[in-house]
Amino acid sequence: MTLRFNDETFRGDYTFRNSPQAVRRFPFPFDQDSYMYSVNLELHKGGRAGSVFENRFDVDEHYVAEMRDREITLAEDPLRCQSLPHMELAGWDFLELVMTTKAEDYPDLFTLHRDGDRWHWINRPLNIEQRFTFLDATTLPCGPMEYITRQTQGDHALLDQRDGNLWMDAGMITSQADWSLDFDIGMNFFEWHAPVPKAHEMGVFQRALKFLLNLQQGAPVRRLNWTMTVNPRLDTSPENYHKWGPEKRTITPGNVGEKQFLRVELQTLWRLPRSNAIAFPIRCYLCSLEDIVTVPKWGRRLHRVLRDLPEELATYKGFAVNRPMIVDYLAQFDDGAETSPGIFPD
Amino acid sequence: MPRTEFTPSIPSRPVYSGLSSHGSSSALMLAEGEGAEAILDLAAQDAAVMDRAHLIFIPAGTGHGPALRALGAKSYVEVPGFATALDRYRKALADAHMGTRLYVAGSEGMIGQAVAEALAAGLPADAIETEHRGGIARRMQCVHCKGITEGVTTDPFLCAHCGLTLFVRDHYSRRLGAFQGVCVDAETPGDVPAVQEIKP
Amino acid sequence: MITQMLRVAAITPLSSYVTRFRFEHPEGAALPVFSGGAHVVVEMPDGAVLRRNSYSLISDPVDSSGYEIAVRREDAGRGGSRYMHSRLRLGDLLRVTVPVNLFSLDLRAKRHLMIAGGIGITPFLAQLKQIARLHAPFELHYAVRSRDEAAALPLLPDLPQVHLHVSDEGNRMDLGAVLAGQPLGTHVYTCGPEGLIDAVAETAARLGWPKGALHSEAFLSPPPGAPFDVTLARSGRKITVGPHQSLLEALEAAGVQPDWSCRGGACGRCETAVIRCDGHIEHHDHWLNDAEKASQTRIMPCVSRFSGADLALDL
Repeated sequence: MTLRFNDETFRGDYTFRNSPQAVRRFPFPFDQDSYMYSVNLELHKGGRAGSVFENRFDVDEHYVAEMRDREITLAEDPLRCQSLPHMELAGWDFLELVMTTKAEDYPDLFTLHRDGDRWHWINRPLNIEQRFTFLDATTLPCGPMEYITRQTQGDHALLDQRDGNLWMDAGMITSQADWSLDFDIGMNFFEWHAPVPKAHEMGVFQRALKFLLNLQQGAPVRRLNWTMTVNPRLDTSPENYHKWGPEKRTITPGNVGEKQFLRVELQTLWRLPRSNAIAFPIRCYLCSLEDIVTVPKWGRRLHRVLRDLPEELATYKGFAVNRPMIVDYLAQFDDGAETSPGIFPD
Repeated sequence: MPRTEFTPSIPSRPVYSGLSSHGSSSALMLAEGEGAEAILDLAAQDAAVMDRAHLIFIPAGTGHGPALRALGAKSYVEVPGFATALDRYRKALADAHMGTRLYVAGSEGMIGQAVAEALAAGLPADAIETEHRGGIARRMQCVHCKGITEGVTTDPFLCAHCGLTLFVRDHYSRRLGAFQGVCVDAETPGDVPAVQEIKP
Repeated sequence: MITQMLRVAAITPLSSYVTRFRFEHPEGAALPVFSGGAHVVVEMPDGAVLRRNSYSLISDPVDSSGYEIAVRREDAGRGGSRYMHSRLRLGDLLRVTVPVNLFSLDLRAKRHLMIAGGIGITPFLAQLKQIARLHAPFELHYAVRSRDEAAALPLLPDLPQVHLHVSDEGNRMDLGAVLAGQPLGTHVYTCGPEGLIDAVAETAARLGWPKGALHSEAFLSPPPGAPFDVTLARSGRKITVGPHQSLLEALEAAGVQPDWSCRGGACGRCETAVIRCDGHIEHHDHWLNDAEKASQTRIMPCVSRFSGADLALDL
């Protein structure tokens, strides 16, 4: 199937839309009717055909528009992309990973020719053709991590492994759920998760870190995380909070289905070979409540999860103020029927 | 003024464990204001710690200079502020060898900047001792304009650069040596909570 | 562990005791590249026993045409190195894991100071190639008892930063001199016998070095000991661990497959919960902290043993 890329915006007039196929393949994050933190990591080794898990780096109908939105964000604030000096090798590792896997998984969209260290990359959707020397940053228009993440959906962090910890030492972060790379760069696993409530006491981060320190080459893992966003906005950064914050208060019972989005992150973690660092792509999927409820199972379940979520989590995820309207809206789609296990539509 | 006891907080918030002697290893010492008393206490605990110490002091209106000078450090210098200490401090770090210990005592903002410089110079974190003395004013980064506002004692406060009203988070960046300030009325402009004094 | 079946492509004696083995993909496919300091686990079907030993990769980390290891023959050892030296033939196929690095360079270092004792030189051979590409300042000290023990000498670059210390020739390594006067940002890496690692730690502490700048890897083979019995709580089965067998190997021989990676007590992958312990766990690992060890509620089956009346594991 050849992908058609949407001409759409994630700011201003917000013309972002999910096609019916995109709604069906939306990675609904709840496999049961309630939610609490857990170390819900599983191997990222493909998945159901057509799902967002099928390919190693999912490319969908929003690709071109998302990359255009990233360009706007970076032009206004170049600090959204930073790499500490020792992370350049990890940047090359990540560039290689993305280019080789995308060329294999989407041969009609991406092509990579390699002749030793002389590489030739073709990205058809973005109309890019680049010849460069692998491991020689002067042959690219920017650093290797920035170069490849300007062409890869999702935010991306590169984590250095040392002293029994992981350090957030590089990243391209333009569609984050309210955290600042410029502030968090250089922090270790516990420090950058410091603002997350409850999970530290539960030992979630200790267990996750132990697991990740042993992450193996060729055995990437994944998990889903979620939050809520008003309007299909990718740049919900703290940097611009004073600009998008007022939009959060525009929800009414009349527009909540259309303007309130469930925001899901498909997080994957990859051991990188040359640098021994870990790549941490955080891919963001948006789906409006009115699109969610077109899948009856999802409508029922989302109602139950959001209704019963501890207030502390709703506050941390930033939607406590709109929760009553969201739950009221979803209640009309919850007939009390049992829901089937797992995240996929019935 | 005794060592400040802070309320336990989130994992990114620094903890200042207090100075304890590593004997006569070569040492860099940086004290500001009431932080001088931490150095005096350290030297009282183990006089040998001064044998190979380079001590830089920022009086910040205190009169501790003569007492510090009398400790007999290998070198002693007084400077009017951290900015004027910086070139001298960087040179000392560049000349230092592994085995050198860093002792920093004073306000949170000064400690943060001194530690960030030392880490950037390659000094491992576990070669650094810190002790908080004096006022609890914070050094804040505005997450919006990236400007640093020094000496913040209230929550919320006005960003000295962009003028937004920011609330004071405990989230702390070692690289910047600053806490994070975030617009307090982003969702409801003008709706600003009552100003409170920051507590330790 | 992800493994690949590789072919023995070259066997080259480096000294009386040390031999280099080269593995390649049977169809010539590219192998995953790695970082300096990484090791692989080689599986050796030795009669009825499946031996698994960890070896540091010594070849160029970015050369995907093959992996090379150097194995020292340990005649008093458990049999793995003997198998490699006496049984392995050119063209043999062996199962080899993907590279794992528990001893990587700290890429922030302004200077890398490497200290090798004997066969502990192996991880540095790959790291030197990585460092050369990074153009990072470095210094290597290679300490051996006799010149014959310096098997890796022909594999080392002829550079003034490379220092050989032969104690039989009266040229013992002076750790105090090696560690003194190093600039800020220097990281020290030690690989070799536990005695060398301890000596570096002690000398560094005496010179005021903080622990954060010290890295080490001691390849721990599972120590032998008295046989002991273990109960597998989930099935109620009882198995016996032989004197020259590790608990992990006994579990595998009994058809239980715990997760593992380094098989040397360093990576934490095989950590197993202890349900009952009436006796004493001999913890030999570098993974559990002192409190965890004292609690006797966790065990690393790859290297640790037990003496006492009853040990039941959550398996």
